Amino acid sequence: MSWFKRSDKGIVTPTKEKKETPDGFWYKTPKGDIIETTELEKNNYVTPEEGYHTRIGSKQYFEIIFDKNKYQTIAPELESGDPLNFEDTKKYKDRIVASQKKTGLKDAMEAAYGKTNGQPLVVACMDFSFIGGSMGSVVGEKIAKAIDVAIAKECPFMLITKSGGARMMEAGFSLMQMAKTSAKLTQLSAAKQPYIAYLTDPTTGGVTASFAMLGDINIAEPGALIGFAGPRVIKETIGKDLPEGFQTSEFLLEKGFLDFIVDRTKLKEKLEQVIRMFKN
Amino acid sequence: MRTYLDFEKPIEELNTTIEKTNEIGTKGSVDISTTLRELKDKLDETTKSIYANLTPWQRVQVSRHPERPYTLDYIKAITNNDFLELHGDRNVKDDKAMVGGFGSIDGQTVMFIGQQKGRNTKQRNFRNFGMANPEGYRKALRLMKLAEKFNKPIVCLIDTPGAYPGLEAEERGQGEAIARNLYEMMILKVPVICIIIGEGASGGALGIGIGDRVLMLENTWYSVISPESCSSILWRSWDYKEIAAEALKLTGKDMLKNKLIDGIIKEPLGGAHAEPEKMYKKLKTEIKRNLSKLNELDALDRIDKRIDKFCKMGVYK
Repeated sequence: MSWFKRSDKGIVTPTKEKKETPDGFWYKTPKGDIIETTELEKNNYVTPEEGYHTRIGSKQYFEIIFDKNKYQTIAPELESGDPLNFEDTKKYKDRIVASQKKTGLKDAMEAAYGKTNGQPLVVACMDFSFIGGSMGSVVGEKIAKAIDVAIAKECPFMLITKSGGARMMEAGFSLMQMAKTSAKLTQLSAAKQPYIAYLTDPTTGGVTASFAMLGDINIAEPGALIGFAGPRVIKETIGKDLPEGFQTSEFLLEKGFLDFIVDRTKLKEKLEQVIRMFKN
Repeated sequence: MRTYLDFEKPIEELNTTIEKTNEIGTKGSVDISTTLRELKDKLDETTKSIYANLTPWQRVQVSRHPERPYTLDYIKAITNNDFLELHGDRNVKDDKAMVGGFGSIDGQTVMFIGQQKGRNTKQRNFRNFGMANPEGYRKALRLMKLAEKFNKPIVCLIDTPGAYPGLEAEERGQGEAIARNLYEMMILKVPVICIIIGEGASGGALGIGIGDRVLMLENTWYSVISPESCSSILWRSWDYKEIAAEALKLTGKDMLKNKLIDGIIKEPLGGAHAEPEKMYKKLKTEIKRNLSKLNELDALDRIDKRIDKFCKMGVYK
């Protein structure tokens, strides 16, 4: 005997009437809860129950920060020039093209000018989805251009970091972006415009050793991995397990390298206060 | 006993033959002068041809040669031992991997700063293999500010396999310490010359590497990562270090071609360690020559030019 008995024979549902669940409709949180992605989006991509900050890109950050999602992009056309004709297991040129196709981005950084809570602001934001948010010539130049706009428009500059560090395929050029961005920040300082660094998961390597740590105020998302050397390298070097919570935002706050931690859902609100404090 | 690198075998063999010939000469009555002259010519020729065609990986090997002069060797030779070493970051401790102090070059006081490596196991540990902690970078910055206050030029000698990737280094903000130096060095009012004398590995090197003149000795390397680590990350194996060294374009010649440094200082034949006295003299001359040129500019001009130079670095379309 079967479990179910079909009462009508030959039932056929036309394809267009079939109900399907669209892709990405559900999101599984690290704890294992299943929530709807629309719910996640509404909460600035932070899981409502546990407050887990999912990794998002520049497009989403701009949407969160800028009023009515209105902004002008800065130097959106910039692309890597592959200065060293680099090739490892794959040609760097091909990696770039593949990443561009996959992400729809030109490189690992987008910059924009707009208003937040009615106040002008330049935001540069890294995209981790593009070769691990690695810093090459394009990232450096976009930061340079964004700082120029902040100086010209006499408004604060915010940089959202999310990067594994240097882009090895640009070797010396990549290293010198640390110098270049620091040089540009001295110009922003000379123009007396505030620089807000917002560190998100993950921020490591050359990015931490340059602009990420140079904010007039340094703030971070909760639970982000922030460090100079990666945890695996440190573990191998010292031959010991790392303590719980090592290199998290909370750890850095405790050690004195952050001014405060702000939840992404409260980011815009907090920015209003920060900008007002500098301005008035 | 001189240490020979794997590709220096022909040089080693010739030197052994010369020694043996000398022995024969001192023992017996055979005239060895012609043979010796011929052998020495051959040695010169062989060394020249080997060193003229060094691959990038071989240059990396020379840069790490155990007999190569280190920072304090240069400082002591250049200042004729008129060197006042200063210690401590006034905060945590004195980092032994980063040394510095006032030294006199023919009467002119200069602030010397640099990473220091050790010669034997004990010294290597003491110097932490030339890998500075945050307090090392902060000590360097303290000394630079001191130099600025008293209008003394700064010379940084760079030789490090990287900033130390340790637990306490992270706790004390390795990233912040390096970042702060990049920023502050950009706007120092006194002339700054940075010279890679051995290894120039990544942020650890750059942390004392912002200058009006950034120079590399002929047999050194400077890049974002060591060839070994690059191989392990991109090829997922340690076996591609030669190819990685090639791909990273980390030699002085390549770095100069890409306008990422300002010049190369020639080394004596066979590398700095072959004739250290010659190397010290050469470095002193170069420091003096560059300082006198930099002194022609006023402070603000120098800073503008320094900032402009670094802002121009990068290739994009």
